Amino acid sequence: MANSAEDVENNMDRQKSSPAPEPIQQQQESTGTRMRSRGGSGPGGGDGGGGGGGTGSSPEQNGQPPTPRPPLVLENEEDEDEEMTLKYGAKHVIMLFVPVTLCMVVVVATIKSVSFYTQKDGQRLIYTPFPEETDTVAQRAVNSILNATIMITVIIVMTLVLVLLYKYRCYKVIQGWLFLSSLLLLFFFSYIYLKEVFKTYNMAMDYFTLAVIIWNFGVVGMMCIHWKGPLRLQQAYLIMISALMALVFIKYLPEWTAWLILAVISVYDLLAVLCPKGPLRILVETAQERNEPIFPALIYSSTMVWLVNMADTDRPKSNSAEAGSAQPDSQEAAMASPEPSSPSQDNGGFSSSWVRQQQHQLGPLQSTEETRREVQQMPSARPPVEDDDEERGVKLGLGDFIFYSMLVGKASATVGGDWNTTLACFVAILIGLCLTLLLLAIFKKALPALPISIFFGLVFYFATGYLVRPFMDELALHQFYI
Amino acid sequence: MTAAVFFGCTFIAFGPAIALFLFTIAREPLRVIFLIAGAFFWLVSLLLASLVWFISVQISNKDSASQQKGLLIFGVVLSVLLQETFRFAYYKLLKKANEGLLALSQEETMPISIRQLAYVSGLGFGFMSGAFSVVNILADSVGPGTVGIHGDSQHYFLSSAFMTMAIILLHMFWGVVFFDACEKQRWWAVAAVVVSHLLVSCLTFQNPEYVASLVPTYVVLFLMGVWAFYTAGGSLRNLKLCLTCKDKDFLLANHRPR
Repeated sequence: MANSAEDVENNMDRQKSSPAPEPIQQQQESTGTRMRSRGGSGPGGGDGGGGGGGTGSSPEQNGQPPTPRPPLVLENEEDEDEEMTLKYGAKHVIMLFVPVTLCMVVVVATIKSVSFYTQKDGQRLIYTPFPEETDTVAQRAVNSILNATIMITVIIVMTLVLVLLYKYRCYKVIQGWLFLSSLLLLFFFSYIYLKEVFKTYNMAMDYFTLAVIIWNFGVVGMMCIHWKGPLRLQQAYLIMISALMALVFIKYLPEWTAWLILAVISVYDLLAVLCPKGPLRILVETAQERNEPIFPALIYSSTMVWLVNMADTDRPKSNSAEAGSAQPDSQEAAMASPEPSSPSQDNGGFSSSWVRQQQHQLGPLQSTEETRREVQQMPSARPPVEDDDEERGVKLGLGDFIFYSMLVGKASATVGGDWNTTLACFVAILIGLCLTLLLLAIFKKALPALPISIFFGLVFYFATGYLVRPFMDELALHQFYI
Repeated sequence: MTAAVFFGCTFIAFGPAIALFLFTIAREPLRVIFLIAGAFFWLVSLLLASLVWFISVQISNKDSASQQKGLLIFGVVLSVLLQETFRFAYYKLLKKANEGLLALSQEETMPISIRQLAYVSGLGFGFMSGAFSVVNILADSVGPGTVGIHGDSQHYFLSSAFMTMAIILLHMFWGVVFFDACEKQRWWAVAAVVVSHLLVSCLTFQNPEYVASLVPTYVVLFLMGVWAFYTAGGSLRNLKLCLTCKDKDFLLANHRPR
């Protein structure tokens, strides 16, 4: 079944960094909303989390110079068109259901227990300067439309800046930008979150312990997201920062503005991804031309990402530990590898006792540059990933997580705490995601993940809130069951 | 009230359903998807019924209590009929989707049989129906309060939980019987399912006389359960083999020693 088609992952996150001296500023990550399908490794294969240094790392190529793979892609696509097979199965849908559900659960649990995120302190973001506590409904409507317009304009400008930076290969700037924003999220926002949780449950904690906890949380998060880390931990961190961002949006965006922004951003997402001149589509195509992954740090991926430097021939062969890398099988090892304390003692994780045992079993093996190159040029013993259903993962942008959770969080934040609305929005979003994945499986190209889910979510939010809720309340009052 | 009542009622209401989900559905992605799709269909049917009820309330006399109650009863009946209609619509959709899936997957057999779909979709309907009926009540039961302080029944939470459990299981049985009846074009069976659903809903009009509403509901539940069991291919012989762990087909399929 299925197969191939290397869609380069391109999920993009639009970033906004706010100027420092503003009192209310929050650095927001308004995010891109594209979901990319990924065929395991290949031209789109990414390095784990941003790969060290913005080299726009080359995909895993077995020690050979990167070769363009489009011809192979075309063939497979032609075959597939004839067979009309589905690229993704139910398994991939579930691989996305679980993290989306987890993110929503975190947001809803926080909203229901920590009252900080539903209190309106009168503070607003600088992107939504118009207040919504006005005298007339008309004035409120106008204010919210203006707020939404400003926000969308900022997002569009940021997207264009990002696309331009990418086109002119200013990778360092983009990397730095992403680094700073995830720094802010992991340290500052999580500190505020923890503080509010302690306040809610009336737990006392001294600043020293708090500092140690936040420091550890943040540093491990930065490592997992931007560099290497166990897959589950990376996924957990991505879910946590999405939830934190969604909570910030829920707190600081006024009511009508928030709904308008959700609606408009879905439309924008649709246009930006599907229109030929849309910025996100340009980004995708540029990345495909260059055979590079984009910003892997801001995409949730359900499978492991192949490490580029596992088969790196540039590493100084200071000891015989490199013998392990000559075997193609080792390329499937997990992402995490404990780093030795100093680069000069880098033995790649192979301790001397392991090497001794290896030499004892296999005889003395010393690979040189030449032998390694020879081995690596042989066809890999590893089955090509394209044919293996199990290896293929699916990716979803963090922006999608954020906006889904924001919608469900707002549904649960309604006064009176109606759980029916929350449940209805949850089911609607999951069904929208399912449909989007179905379309992705059929069309095999970049698709926006927001429009269908947000549309269903909005319809069900308003319908359940205004129509179903009175009906169910009346039924519960009389204890009638339908 | 508080935690004891909350946990007790939650497990009474959702215990069997969650157990069924964990043991039979959670491991199969396709079944989970169809479960959620079933829940979605139930939700849409409820939306339409609420819309009609809402409009009828707006145009009616809001002061007359009897008229409001009459409208509510009308709403309940309409909702039941719409639910069954959407069950039929879901059946049609699943038939089409199954054919499509078969064509796309190039395999000989369908990845999921219509019987499994009947079970899963019934459970999906049940989950959503039960959740919408009881979650708000459960959320209220966590907080402080005295049940029935104004003279109402003290068994509100407990009876709600038992009723919800019955409804969830009933939806599952109805799903199995309904789909099978549609497959074999036995329209009398379809009508029987609709009538029994109406019966159960109308029995709840007698609340808070819980004896009059819960006991017949459980009788209907038992009868529907037996009917669904035989529809799904069960028999006394199968049951005996299953309970004494001697069912060879099942053991083989699960790689267990005899």
